[in-house]
Amino acid sequence: MSSERPSRLFRNMSAKIAAIPMALTALVVFLGGTAWTVAYSFTKSKLLPKWDLVGLDQYERLWSTKRWMVSIENLAVYGAGMLVLSFVLGFVLACLMDQKIRFENTFRTIMLYPFALSFIVTGLIWQWILNPDFGIQHIVRSAGWESFTFDPLYTADWAIFGVMLAALWQGSGLVMVLMLAGLRGIDQEIWKAARIDGIPAWKIYVMIIIPMMRPVFITALVLVTSGIIKVYDLVVAQTSGGPGLATEMPAKYVYDYMFRAQNLGQAFAASTMMLLAVMIVVIPWAMMEFGGKRRG
Amino acid sequence: MADVYTTAPAKVEPMLQGPTGRKPRKALTRGNIMLYGTLIVVSLYYLLPLYVMIVTSLKGMPEIRVGNIFAPPLEITFDPWVKAWAEACTGLNCDGLSRGFWNSVRITVPSVVVSIAIASVNGYALANWRFKGANTFFTILIFGAFIPYQVMLYPLVILLREIGLYGSLTGLVIVHTIFGMPILTLLFRNYFSSLPEELFKAARVDGAGFWRIYFQIMLPMSLPIFVVAMILQVTGIWNDFLFGTVYTKPDSWPMTVQLNNIVNSTQGVKEYNVNMAATLLTGLVPLVIYFASGKLFVRGVAAGAVKG
Repeated sequence: MSSERPSRLFRNMSAKIAAIPMALTALVVFLGGTAWTVAYSFTKSKLLPKWDLVGLDQYERLWSTKRWMVSIENLAVYGAGMLVLSFVLGFVLACLMDQKIRFENTFRTIMLYPFALSFIVTGLIWQWILNPDFGIQHIVRSAGWESFTFDPLYTADWAIFGVMLAALWQGSGLVMVLMLAGLRGIDQEIWKAARIDGIPAWKIYVMIIIPMMRPVFITALVLVTSGIIKVYDLVVAQTSGGPGLATEMPAKYVYDYMFRAQNLGQAFAASTMMLLAVMIVVIPWAMMEFGGKRRG
Repeated sequence: MADVYTTAPAKVEPMLQGPTGRKPRKALTRGNIMLYGTLIVVSLYYLLPLYVMIVTSLKGMPEIRVGNIFAPPLEITFDPWVKAWAEACTGLNCDGLSRGFWNSVRITVPSVVVSIAIASVNGYALANWRFKGANTFFTILIFGAFIPYQVMLYPLVILLREIGLYGSLTGLVIVHTIFGMPILTLLFRNYFSSLPEELFKAARVDGAGFWRIYFQIMLPMSLPIFVVAMILQVTGIWNDFLFGTVYTKPDSWPMTVQLNNIVNSTQGVKEYNVNMAATLLTGLVPLVIYFASGKLFVRGVAAGAVKG
């Protein structure tokens, strides 16, 4: 060791310089930006952010605004539906794909390609297919069933399911791929052992395979859930939130109040609620994932 | 050197190798018919929308009004495509989607290059040059990946306005770089960590510094992960809508934003064939990447998926 030891600060200097963008992003944008938005959600900012504290007023207004309540309700219906359907569809498809089938690559390519498309494109495609004057309804009617009705995007009660149909088309391939990777990760010996014991296949899946695939399920859960909470483009393209408020979503509420209605305080309060919702999902998961097995 | 490549992306590899073991012998058992029948029906759900779009975009409007959306075109016409590309109107501009296409190119190319350059160096610093505090930043970064964008939209508007880049393409490039950073950094960090440490140590002993090791040792060995990152970023940025609307002006709107404007505009007669051609045009770039990259796309998706 030389007599002139470089000071600690300058050790690894290049690495530290290289990490500046990361540090800035983490501190200024992610931490700073989040803190800023949360802080300003307690102000009565309108067109411009103004440090004019009003306590919880924005939140009180938020939770008494019909559009927000409807958005939350829609998100709940959409979220529950998406979780159940994408998991069931993804898992069943993955099981089918795992039967040593021919053309596996072809089937996978077909199921996953919508995932490459944007939500805007997805929304517009399904807007066209669900169009009552030209799409599925029109075809069934012209085939002779005159009273057939299938126009989810124009019926308030069903519009959210029309959006779900499109979202499922776009995203279920990803869940399938994840589940398939999980299935392939399971030791084949387990199958053999269970077969020798004469356990029926469905029982092996339910009792042995699914519990063993817990990590994959959790990854998929976190992924699908954070996608659900962020849903925005799809609704904008497919329904613009209509008919009426039938497909309004929290993320759209935030955007509209932030850049259209010029009511920043409301937008900040709404986005803080979104943040809270994500935290409720992510923090328990992170604690489970990283908290338990931290190695020194 | 051989095991450099085999050990790296171990997680997704089993899926990529496809089925193993013997092929099924009897083709037409009842189980097989059920199995393939189900798969084919499901495939129709995924394929029909694309088919309908292509077919619709090749029909004239009169044919669309009387016919059904699943019928192949009686007379194939490419006019809708020409019109969508060169004449469709957004507001007062009637120069078609070509404007949005070139904007998207101008946004995507620098965003992909800058975000990957920064994230790969970051990942390298985190994997090989651990210093105090590095992991704290990294943890915040990863958690940041889960924060809804809505929370950070406005602070970024202010930041960009302060440095005079709000509404410019450069501003949008910065935004894409920021939001691509968590997943890309994770991707590169994990990859560089999986390379044998002896390589790095040997280079250190030989007196190579931070950048020299990066450019002469790490870069040449990590082509696959760069391709995966590129697939991830090109599709992600090309498909972005939210940042495009928030951080650009109508003149520099990316393709997705312009597409939504063309199709969902309430003025004028709806030309469904032009709309479908425009939608296909917008989806074309990610689709080409998807079909060209094949298994690498799956790997990119899986890498993006395990970001948590």
